[in-house]
Amino acid sequence: MIPQTFEYTAPKTLEEALQIIAGGGKPLSGGMSLIPMMKLRLAAPDHLVDLGRLKDLHYIREEGGALHIGATTTHQDVASSALVRGKCPLLAQTAGGVGDPQVRNRGTIGGSVAHADPSADYPAAMQALEAKFVLKGAKSERTVAAADFFLDTFLTALEPGEIVREVIVPVEDGSTGTHYEKVVQKASGFAVVGIAVRISRKAGKIVWARVGVTGLANHAYRATAVEKGLAGTSGGATEVQNAAAVVADGIEANSDLHASAEYRKHLAVVHTIRALLAALARTA
Amino acid sequence: MNINLKINGKTHSDDVEPRLLLIHYLREVVGLTGPHVGCETSLCGACTVECDGKAVKSCTMFAVQADGANVTTIEGLAVDGKLHAMQEAFWNEHGAQCGFCTPGMIMASKQILDRNPHPTDEEIRMGLEGNVCRCTGYQHIVNAVRAAAKAGA
Ligand SMILES: Cc1cc2nc3c(=O)[nH]c(=O)nc-3n(C[C@H](O)[C@H](O)[C@H](O)COP(=O)(O)OP(=O)(O)OC[C@H]3O[C@@H](n4cnc5c(N)ncnc54)[C@H](O)[C@@H]3O)c2cc1C
Ligand code: FES
Ligand code: FES
Repeated sequence: MIPQTFEYTAPKTLEEALQIIAGGGKPLSGGMSLIPMMKLRLAAPDHLVDLGRLKDLHYIREEGGALHIGATTTHQDVASSALVRGKCPLLAQTAGGVGDPQVRNRGTIGGSVAHADPSADYPAAMQALEAKFVLKGAKSERTVAAADFFLDTFLTALEPGEIVREVIVPVEDGSTGTHYEKVVQKASGFAVVGIAVRISRKAGKIVWARVGVTGLANHAYRATAVEKGLAGTSGGATEVQNAAAVVADGIEANSDLHASAEYRKHLAVVHTIRALLAALARTA
Repeated sequence: MNINLKINGKTHSDDVEPRLLLIHYLREVVGLTGPHVGCETSLCGACTVECDGKAVKSCTMFAVQADGANVTTIEGLAVDGKLHAMQEAFWNEHGAQCGFCTPGMIMASKQILDRNPHPTDEEIRMGLEGNVCRCTGYQHIVNAVRAAAKAGA
């Protein structure tokens, strides 16, 4: 039993939910992070507003060359969606590796990005995909790029009263190969280090690369130095190794009981190489 | 708060505090002690039940979140005293030792075959990632799921 009492509302509409959240209510989606935090007394909300049961936040659709995913779409539904698997395979692969089946059945994409755990899987993919988040408040709506969204450990660009309403990711074209490679923290499944990669290769030359890194720093980031190092090359083994070598340059790496900062940086380089080679093998 | 839900086919209506976890509701209010509390920290899977056809850790859900849902616990698998094929398979293959993890293991195993009737051993193991067993070393559990798949569970 959670020691502290609280109020619970399952609103019928998004408008009703946003009204209560504007007044200080705390969003509850899958509860896969919030409920454990409440048990540990790290969170003690007065009023939970259950977004998880709002049907109109649970969708995946293709529109204008992008996939639009409602915030309460579960990891399981992202991972098993034919649309996501076909058109944004990096996201499907990432979702399929979050935690375990029971966690994926409840946890949501909106909850995961809003929570911004520095070891969460989705944020790496979001950086590599240059995803956009639609943030909605009772009287406002704005769209924020992933690059401007993840600010610090458990800290995002969300303002009080705002929720993540939708996640927008691109539809890949035929030239792109993608891969997510993570060093799994065995007990929970979280990433000690996770590397999300997209590479476009045409006529044997890398046109562009995108590399998102989670687990290493206070928040997921795009390793643009690696991306620059790859552009224009053919993606041979030496070129990949040289480009990957700088993935952790200038980064203040996390250190905890799972891995020291130095070891994390080492893991990041090794697994960036693996992720790049796997993604390259999937390019045309 | 009043909740109305179906548990193992039977309708229940109860007044509960929002902070009551689903596992405690099932065990202490409804009296279904099949689902176990192993860790209460979302890691062991002993509390796994089905909620609207999906395996969930009932220690990481409030009872109020199950309002209106259709819940199945291990007690609800047998029909008229005839065990579910997954229960038969765990029995035949010695998938249980002390039995503490077994109710959750069987519910998670059932989900594996519901989604993929012919899993590989690798897929079976991935499907049981959220469940911990201290006794069996898992091999007999994997054997049980494989046997149930063969039997067309
Ligand atoms: C055993 C276990 C293993 C896990 N393993 C992994 C793993 O390997 N990788 C990984 O990435 N994650 C892992 N997780 C975390 C999981 O992915 C959570 O689902 C996710 O972090 C939070 O999503 P949720 O929907 O459950 O959010 P909740 O727990 O409901 O909420 C989390 C936070 O976000 C806020 N929030 C929720 N929805 C919104 C919204 N739409 N807009 C704004 N704020 C919102 C809440 O108020 C709360 O502060 C694991 C969790 C568990 C219990
Ligand atoms: S008691 Fe629920 S996961 Fe262990
Ligand atoms: S049989 Fe004892 S914990 Fe699994």
